[in-house]
Amino acid sequence: MATALSLTHLGSLMRGVRSVDEVGADERAASLAKRSIKKSSKLWALDLAVRCMDLTTLEGADTPGKVAAMCAKAVRPKPGDRTIPSVAAVCVYPLRIADCVEHLRGSSVRIASVATAFPSGQSFTSIKVAETEEAVREGAQEIDMVIDRGAFLSGDYQRVYDEIVAVKEASGDAHLKVILETGELGNYDAVRRASILAMAAGADFIKTSTGKVQPAATLPVALVMMEAIRDFVRETGRPVGFKAAGGIRTAKQAISYLVVTYETLGPDWMTPDRLRLGASTLLNDVLMQIDKERTGAYQSGDYFTVD
Amino acid sequence: MDVRKTYKLFLNGEFVRSESGRAYRPDGSVNVPRGSRKDLRDAVRAARTAFPGWAARTAMNRGQILYRAAEMLDGRAAQFLELLGGGVRARRALDQSVEALVWYAGWTDKLPQITGTVNPVAGPYFNFTIPEPTGVVAIVAPEESPLLGLVRRLAPALCGGNVVIALAAESSPLAALTLAEVLATSDVPAGVVNIISGQRKELLPTLASHMDVNAIDVAGCNGNEVKAIEESAAGNIKRVIKLTQREQSPHLIAAFMEMKTVWHPIGV
Repeated sequence: MATALSLTHLGSLMRGVRSVDEVGADERAASLAKRSIKKSSKLWALDLAVRCMDLTTLEGADTPGKVAAMCAKAVRPKPGDRTIPSVAAVCVYPLRIADCVEHLRGSSVRIASVATAFPSGQSFTSIKVAETEEAVREGAQEIDMVIDRGAFLSGDYQRVYDEIVAVKEASGDAHLKVILETGELGNYDAVRRASILAMAAGADFIKTSTGKVQPAATLPVALVMMEAIRDFVRETGRPVGFKAAGGIRTAKQAISYLVVTYETLGPDWMTPDRLRLGASTLLNDVLMQIDKERTGAYQSGDYFTVD
Repeated sequence: MDVRKTYKLFLNGEFVRSESGRAYRPDGSVNVPRGSRKDLRDAVRAARTAFPGWAARTAMNRGQILYRAAEMLDGRAAQFLELLGGGVRARRALDQSVEALVWYAGWTDKLPQITGTVNPVAGPYFNFTIPEPTGVVAIVAPEESPLLGLVRRLAPALCGGNVVIALAAESSPLAALTLAEVLATSDVPAGVVNIISGQRKELLPTLASHMDVNAIDVAGCNGNEVKAIEESAAGNIKRVIKLTQREQSPHLIAAFMEMKTVWHPIGV
């Protein structure tokens, strides 16, 4: 487990982060996205995409009823078809955790909650820690925290680091996913630096975005983060998971992320324990593509549940 | 200077080559894109997106747009006469196509009065029936009349507020593909009409089994094709429109409509 690094150590850690070849990352991501996954491989990939999905609703208008409907869908994505597995987790605001606990009892679906003044992260550390503790007490098994981008962008890495360490401690047994919000970090170098920082501070997962900022998850950013994970694992031996979130709406996009994961981190990461796709509208498209592969007929949204 | 033209598919308001990159030469003179099932998939997706907006346009506005299409078609008369082979028959086909567009433009705000009804029921209700567009409609253009045959099915479908995927006549698709240029300059919103050229043998099964196509007009198909289409169409209970009628008629508009009956309580 990570312990607090001193200022000088952190400084040398951050200085040691190599810079990212931006053009190279873009090109590699683009070439991997072109890879053609068909027939049985596609069905396998789609099944994995469902199993790795964090079904998400993060709206001000979320009600217990809406969360109940989402939980039902998380457990049995396609009513009447037992061959479709449950998703990995649901992801909600802290106030909705209790609803999830009620509706997911006895299922394999885990409960993830955002915390730490999501989505901006612009609040006091004590409040973020308290929010995390409260969320875990309510029943959250996974905590999605946001980093303090204001501190990160102004170079105050120590503050970001300490905050992650504090929240990690507050989460206890719950898995901690650290959201970098790459759309606000500016460039790939900063993304890599933030990834290393979060992992050094004890993150179990690093996650691209909140979904509230454009651009959200992009394939090159995912590649940069996964390469950071690969290098971190090589150095420390501690596996860290990756979660892409925001803007993943089609099965085709989801498969591209799987391809990049496979090519960067290898088969060990093709599991819900190490890979997640956060999405609110992706699931129906994946289900439609599964039906398309099985029946040969293009599908219609009219025959799938309205979210 | 002789500028040679590249004929393209009309997809989501854009002129594109087939995603498959293929082409064929229907009459040995020019290459025409040979659309694939993925082009159809894209077309249906575009149409589905365009449908709510088109159906929500006022009848008057749809009429204005159809009338504009007639104007644009008339303005390109010389080009179409050449494509149709010239002569009296071509002239007549063109004139009748322009007329069909004008005629159906006038029907947009009159259909509910003709096909809608107020039904006497034994209870305290107003009960009335009104036509609503079916949704995404596929039209297989007849081979023997590449322009007029298509326009006479396209116009009634659009008139009622449907969106259309049209398969151009396989043996002579140029008129249909050029008609796309007419529609593109007539304020027809992107995706409302999509025109695909290619081989019917390849495209019909995809179209007939597509779950997001709500109706398919088989006026241009032979008996075996109709049988196969009907079997695949059963998957989502697609409406198979088999009216062989070639003349203009409000019944053709109604053929592309769903009838909705509303029970409205009175005296409560």
